[in-house]
Amino acid sequence: MIKSFRGGIHPNDNKSFTANKAIEIAQLPSKVIIPVRQHIGAPCDPVVAKGDLVKKGQVIASSAAFVSSPVHASLSGVVTDVAQYPHPVFGKCLSVVIENDGLDEWIDGIPVQRDWDKFDGNEIKAIIKEAGIVGMGGATFPTHVKLSPPKEKNIDTLIINAAECEPFLTADHRMMLEYSERILTGVKIVIKVIGVQKVFIGIEDNKPDAVIAMQKAAEGTTVEVVAIPTKYPQGAEKMLIKVLAGREVPSGSLPMDVGVVVQNIGTIVAIEDAVVRGIPLIQRVTTISGSAIKEPKNLLLRIGTTFEDAIENCGGFIEKPAKIIMGGPMMGFAQSNLKIPIIKGVSGILGLSKKDINTGVQSPCIRCGKCLTVCPCGLNPSMLSILGEKDMYEEAKFEQNLFDCAECGSCVYVCPAKRNIVQYIRYSKMRNTADAAKKKEALAK
Amino acid sequence: MSEIKLQENLFTISTSPHIRAEASISKIMWSVSAALTPAALFAIYHFGFPALTVILAGSLSAVLFEYIVQKLRKKPITISDGSAFLTGLLLSMCLPPSIPAYMAVIGSFIAIVVAKHSMGGLGYNIFNPAHIGRAALMVSWPVAMTTWTSLSGKVDAVASATPLNILKQQGYSKLIETFGSSHQMYKDMFVGFRNGSIGETSTILLLIGGIYLIYKGYVNWVVPVFMIGTVGVLTWVCGPTGMFTGDPLFHIMAGGLIIGAFFMATDMVTIPITKKGQIVFAIGAGALTVLIRLKGGYPEGVCYSILLMNAVVPLIDRLMKPVKFGARG
Repeated sequence: MIKSFRGGIHPNDNKSFTANKAIEIAQLPSKVIIPVRQHIGAPCDPVVAKGDLVKKGQVIASSAAFVSSPVHASLSGVVTDVAQYPHPVFGKCLSVVIENDGLDEWIDGIPVQRDWDKFDGNEIKAIIKEAGIVGMGGATFPTHVKLSPPKEKNIDTLIINAAECEPFLTADHRMMLEYSERILTGVKIVIKVIGVQKVFIGIEDNKPDAVIAMQKAAEGTTVEVVAIPTKYPQGAEKMLIKVLAGREVPSGSLPMDVGVVVQNIGTIVAIEDAVVRGIPLIQRVTTISGSAIKEPKNLLLRIGTTFEDAIENCGGFIEKPAKIIMGGPMMGFAQSNLKIPIIKGVSGILGLSKKDINTGVQSPCIRCGKCLTVCPCGLNPSMLSILGEKDMYEEAKFEQNLFDCAECGSCVYVCPAKRNIVQYIRYSKMRNTADAAKKKEALAK
Repeated sequence: MSEIKLQENLFTISTSPHIRAEASISKIMWSVSAALTPAALFAIYHFGFPALTVILAGSLSAVLFEYIVQKLRKKPITISDGSAFLTGLLLSMCLPPSIPAYMAVIGSFIAIVVAKHSMGGLGYNIFNPAHIGRAALMVSWPVAMTTWTSLSGKVDAVASATPLNILKQQGYSKLIETFGSSHQMYKDMFVGFRNGSIGETSTILLLIGGIYLIYKGYVNWVVPVFMIGTVGVLTWVCGPTGMFTGDPLFHIMAGGLIIGAFFMATDMVTIPITKKGQIVFAIGAGALTVLIRLKGGYPEGVCYSILLMNAVVPLIDRLMKPVKFGARG
């Protein structure tokens, strides 16, 4: 019996929209908008200029920094602009616009077919860095950095995060069904890089077909495919580590501090593509779903495709959506318009209707305590929201463990008073961070 | 650069999460009122028309007072969320059936205007409003609040005194004598054929309501279990003729303990927010109830014990914080 983590919620998973739909290759868009910053870390500098001809897979922006990740052209064509464009996470970002020439030509040298086993760990890491691979669950932390833990950390466990606990999203689910052999190869590649004994693939038990597919692929290997009881936020790294490895990452520490590296299914697929075929990260599987979408689908999309073009592949809208979300409905980012490009971390695009979102009018907290029972981080979200509302953000930090909040949104989901708890928490965090920066500045003077 | 112009048709943005469960305050409040309904209907059957008058006067005037206060404070009118109705209903359930209806109205005024809205309204009150209303009536009209006129033929046997009154003034053997036998006493107290406040007499119907609320997740089971358990254990241990000679079953069913433990000590606003804190609260309220019943001047102590524990809730919340993830790592 698997011991689950404390707290958590069971929202309607709404995965039936797309769970049985095979991954479909999206029509090539007429243009792509590729931001130079699609990862956590140093932004890249464009290495192409307006008017240049580029081919698929060509590096168009890079950085010398270690914690960074290059960006590649996802189409062949002409660079028509290098300027500020809307970005799904940062609001605006320097981006390279490529107009499709319709040829879809690879740059010389890829794709190739090669035996990955001939590479050693460092060579593989170099390939992963060159391929621009970042965490594709949404965090977009450069993967080569995650695979280079300091020696003293003693990594002994690899966890493949296939929980996909966000409602609506089925991209990981479909990849496990359709790419199970490739995923296993990818896992073996990662095992070779970090040299671990224990390997878990954690899949929520609402995807029994994926569990069976992966178990079949993993037969005869040391990789353990585990079906875990469905509960949000299972896919949060620290929760998954607790469930699968039985270790609790201390507050303020990283998974590597307890000897664990976690990789997302999508990242594993990208690693396999890069190491075996030399293909950089220029496309990804994304779920387009929600009640407002005419025909929800799982699409294989080129990075830089706009939301508009992606939704067009699904027949457009059947009603005006109440909200457009990048990512899942619990932690995704609401978008104001559809001219936004898909970046490496976009696991889903949701067109949610009014009945999907079920908002209400915020009222004072009635102290029902539901938020405390569902908080996986063991916090008092009620108190945090009240302190945020009253601008008492320092008390929130020092007495209520403000910075331990993972912003999973479980508290907001269950709140009968419809309080925007996470909003208050983000506000308090920002105020504390701004104060700390001010203090630092004053000290420097 | 494609600037996005404001006149373009934009979508709503906000921070995550973007979906919410269907829970709402009004659902909780009306469910609690619904859970009280069987006991209220029984009271009307048992005590007759006066009970109906008090229940209607108490609950409807509470709604009216909430409306007036919110109008005067220029706040959104939230009478439809059911919280004022519930307060009025709970208050009337804790009053003697023979009380004049205007007193119930005054009790509602104190509960809604003084105890609830002077503190800031729903969510901000420190004390249980219904119990504040009852306590205020108790000190204002002590005679009316402790007169238990026999209202129907069915309660002839225990006319003009509640079981706890008889126990306090005349002792345990007289109590058994009044009911005929101890078996008959337990049966009557379980079903509700006895004297007492309007809504407190029927143990079984209150239990059904309380279990429904626990099932719906609106009440945490620890509060009634620990409060009733504490009363049971302490009244058994501190018996009238030495250790372990008490009658816990009688004390559990007597007075307002069942309604208090399931409906008053579980009022979300006025009890601790953590489960640990709620256990402390429930044990404290149970122990104070026994102290008042056995050693105090009043025969009954549920109302005051809950109010006293309400006062220490901020302290309990401060001391009983949840343990954050990774704290033990």
